[in-house]
Amino acid sequence: MSAIRYDKGADGVVVLTLDAPASSVNTLDSGYRDAMDASLDRLEAEIEDVKGVIVTSAKQTFCVGGNLGELVGIGSDQGQQCFELIEKLKGQLRRLETLGKPVVAAINGTAMGGGWELALACHRRLAIDDSRVTLGSPEVTLGLLPGAGGIVRTVRLLGLERAFPYLVEGKEFRPRQGVEAGLIHELASDADDLMKKARAWILSGPPSVQPWDCKGYEIPGGTPANPRIAQMVFVAPGMVFEKTKGCYPAPRAILAAIVEGALVDFDTALRIESRYFVSLATGQVAKNMIGTLWFQMNAAKSGKSRPAGFPARTFRTVGLLGAGMMGSGIAHACATAGIDVVLEDMTIERAEAGKAHSRKLLSKKVAQGYLSEERMAETLRRIKPTACIGDLAGCDLVIEAVFEDRGLKAQVTGETEACTSEATIFASNTSTLPITGLALASRRPDRFIGLHFFSPVDRMKLVEIIVGEKTSRETLAQAIDFVMQIKKIPIVVNDSRGFFTSRVFGTFVNEGMAMLGEGIDPSVIEQAAIQAGMPVGPLAVSDEVTLSLIAHIRDQTRADLEAANQPYVPHPAEAVLDRMVGTFGRKGRASGAGFYEYPRDGKKFLWPGLREHFARPDPGLPLKEVQDRLLFVQVVESIRCLEEGVLTNVQDANVGSILGLGFAPWSGGVLQYANQYGIREFEARARELARAYGARFEPPRLLVEKAGRNELFRDAAR
Amino acid sequence: MDRDAFIFEAVRTPRGKGKPDGSLHEVKPVDLLAGLLRELGTRTGLDTGQVDDVVIGCVTPVGEQGMDIAKTALLVADWAETVPGFQLNRFCASGLAAVDVAAAKVRSGFESLVVAGGVESMSRVPMASDGGAWAFDPETSFKTGFIPQGVCADLVATLERFSREDVDAVARRSHERAAHARRSGFFQRSIVPVKDRNGLPILEHDELIREGCTMETLARLKPSFEQLAAMGFASVAQTKYPHVDRLVHVHTPGNSSGIVDGACVLLIGSAAKGKDLGLKPRARIVSYAVTSTDPTIMLLGPGPAARKALAIAGLDRDGIDLFEVNEAFAAVALRFEREMGVSSEKVNVNGGAIALGHPLGATGAMLVNTLLDELERRGLRHGLATLCVGAGMGEAIIIERV
Repeated sequence: MSAIRYDKGADGVVVLTLDAPASSVNTLDSGYRDAMDASLDRLEAEIEDVKGVIVTSAKQTFCVGGNLGELVGIGSDQGQQCFELIEKLKGQLRRLETLGKPVVAAINGTAMGGGWELALACHRRLAIDDSRVTLGSPEVTLGLLPGAGGIVRTVRLLGLERAFPYLVEGKEFRPRQGVEAGLIHELASDADDLMKKARAWILSGPPSVQPWDCKGYEIPGGTPANPRIAQMVFVAPGMVFEKTKGCYPAPRAILAAIVEGALVDFDTALRIESRYFVSLATGQVAKNMIGTLWFQMNAAKSGKSRPAGFPARTFRTVGLLGAGMMGSGIAHACATAGIDVVLEDMTIERAEAGKAHSRKLLSKKVAQGYLSEERMAETLRRIKPTACIGDLAGCDLVIEAVFEDRGLKAQVTGETEACTSEATIFASNTSTLPITGLALASRRPDRFIGLHFFSPVDRMKLVEIIVGEKTSRETLAQAIDFVMQIKKIPIVVNDSRGFFTSRVFGTFVNEGMAMLGEGIDPSVIEQAAIQAGMPVGPLAVSDEVTLSLIAHIRDQTRADLEAANQPYVPHPAEAVLDRMVGTFGRKGRASGAGFYEYPRDGKKFLWPGLREHFARPDPGLPLKEVQDRLLFVQVVESIRCLEEGVLTNVQDANVGSILGLGFAPWSGGVLQYANQYGIREFEARARELARAYGARFEPPRLLVEKAGRNELFRDAAR
Repeated sequence: MDRDAFIFEAVRTPRGKGKPDGSLHEVKPVDLLAGLLRELGTRTGLDTGQVDDVVIGCVTPVGEQGMDIAKTALLVADWAETVPGFQLNRFCASGLAAVDVAAAKVRSGFESLVVAGGVESMSRVPMASDGGAWAFDPETSFKTGFIPQGVCADLVATLERFSREDVDAVARRSHERAAHARRSGFFQRSIVPVKDRNGLPILEHDELIREGCTMETLARLKPSFEQLAAMGFASVAQTKYPHVDRLVHVHTPGNSSGIVDGACVLLIGSAAKGKDLGLKPRARIVSYAVTSTDPTIMLLGPGPAARKALAIAGLDRDGIDLFEVNEAFAAVALRFEREMGVSSEKVNVNGGAIALGHPLGATGAMLVNTLLDELERRGLRHGLATLCVGAGMGEAIIIERV
């Protein structure tokens, strides 16, 4: 069965309907390419009788772009095949737009990536006026570039400056915004209207040539030879570098292809685009990003970790204990997903203040035009602030977000269970305390689970679900249902101190502090992290978390371990932490002084005292060494989590590390980092670091075994 | 000594403010250069047919400065048709590179009389209007870690811990010394007034120098490169300088070199040729050196270039009586003094590019010219001129008054 249906009407209008067999979406896979060849051959053969062409789709979406499974399989030595593939794809589109007959894209649904590029190759783009339809070129977010002429055509439609956000940042848009931007010609109310308008346009006898194929065509705004554009081209690499810190080849390649393509004719520009595409598609970073940010992320989003055999549960009412930053943030996430929320705190004023957080976030969206006043009022009506714990009766789920104190948590657990039903799930939003221990305070430990949200909740997509010793499979399944219902992304981990994310986060900040203690320049430590692709340096993020809180968690850990007669091994970071908090009284950002100074009227900067008290006169470690320490310590700890069964699969490790910790997204996450480094090379390097800096870098047994078999961290297909 | 290259004469235009309201904006660059060539001929009584070649530095050789401005100006100046000419570009040291090439040509023995110099009308052919892959091709810019020079100047100041006062003091000194030199007529020997086609004067003196320039006036100016740095070029610099956690922005229009229009030419030849033509040598070119350093910080070429030139000359720092260090930015001159351990009393004694301006392609030749005049005026022997150059290069020359 062909992926494209060819229907010629009595009026001479040919409708090409994309309809990939055995798939819910259309991609530009080999089936499409063969079908497109056949369609073009037939069009050219019948050209005398053809009035025009409509390209549309039989699926709910128009076309979602390249086949990522195919792309991720391109080897680093397959440059020639890759070049031929992409040239073939764009050659077909070139044939289509130079047929000599008017071609309309009737965009009946989402058109992304190569799907949108197909639309760009049509003389006219009509789209259904539906805000659920997404259009654009998001290739950059997966380490690729729009290689089917998307760069060349967008630049020639919009000019260099206006094309920039669509290509370099992968800005997506809706049909209506597309009209404003000049990317969509006309809107249609529904599928029938769409086809009617497409046909009417063809029958009106329009020109069948693209603007760039017309004589005298000039790129809007001018080429890079124009002084104003030249000025932009001059600063653009700096701007791209500021965002990518040199870790991402795709934005660089896209910017280069934009500029170089604008200096030559259309067909040469297409070829330049292909060559840059090949450099990305054969490279490692695109593979890392596609593997984790596409395949593993989609699996996590669709609840791949959910135990089978339990019916899906829909949550109608959720209770929140504590209306602080986390509690109010979670309440907001629930309310926007249409769930009724009981927001409880010690006083009604505090509960009200928690609800005000939602009002603030929603008002901003209303002001930006993303939300109507009615929807805002509706969402706010769902949040019921209260100071009475009894109001939690009837909740499907109660999440406690009170202070990290065992006694307090035990108390609210008991009070809640007293007024809720057997079916109510009780969840703790603790970020560090083991769930099994907290569940001791529960009469229903099988219904007790950890739901670790990240701050700020409205922006952080991840929820780390922690399964306690006694948590039931059903409770886990339902917790995943809940996380998906509020449109967050779940990962599932087993109980441990700090679970997965906090544990790995701890190794990162501790390594940074330890290096400061060794006398390594603080700016080098911060820059090493940032240039390795971490969003912030370990010292900056410690300030955000608050140094005194880190000290408090350390004290709690030590006390717990001592109480359990387990050895406590102090980390070299602790000496630095204690001096900062104790000797210098610098407790972090909240108190206005930490590793950084926070001037009221300017940007923060590293406290000069750090160099005075910690720095050594010698040059210290090279940047690369500092980077390896900061990344390896996290990866080795993650492998340890996998070995201990805290993590149960690779997907959750990679997705969780990127979404929860911001771990170098270019690398595809903590375990993919080891894969792409080369598993044997990674093990050898970890050993080297262990010899030089301590046992925390020692390769765990699991890594040694993997390296021995030269086997990557990869989930078995389910 | 037979092979030595000597400077017989040097002339320059006054430097006009390089903006539409500058006096030389109405003058075509080819005329700036042609006027000087005519004057050089007149002053030396030269049979121009004796000249083997003409080497002209020009950093933006496009538009009116394109198509080999050296030969074009020779034609305009009615020099003998047998005289060839070419233009070269080594960014800010082009004028010095022209002198060095001329010296090398003479010392090679293949040629015996060469004109060297430079020209730049920055008001008419704006800086960087020649494009160039380094800054304007993104792939190249990324690969090379291109950073605008002003950001580099602030990086130098940050690493050397130069305060705003330190660099402003260099600027004030530059204006004070240049103003004094202008008032005292120290520049008179070499300046050739620019005249129109009717012989009417257009500009007779350097017009950028500020009399009575004070620290207070300088302190009022806003840093020039903060925005460019914040857009991302500071991050690019941090890849090589991770221990710099923030750049201190001290450079302003007041303590950076001025944008000006101007030209300069020198007549260089062998002793024998001078004797034949009755030309009196004014200075011997002792040595020159060119080198390159870290392209990221970019402005540290002068020290290594100077040391290389000293080594070739068999001299040491203390054997140099006067230094001309191009004040591309105040931090460059200050850093050179610190690095070489030379007193500011010996450096840029008649002011520098902050007060006088930096007509890119011409500046190197002007430094040699100014150095020579001042060695003569003071009766001193050795002088060294040096410039920092784009992408980390540095060039230096040592001359000896004879």
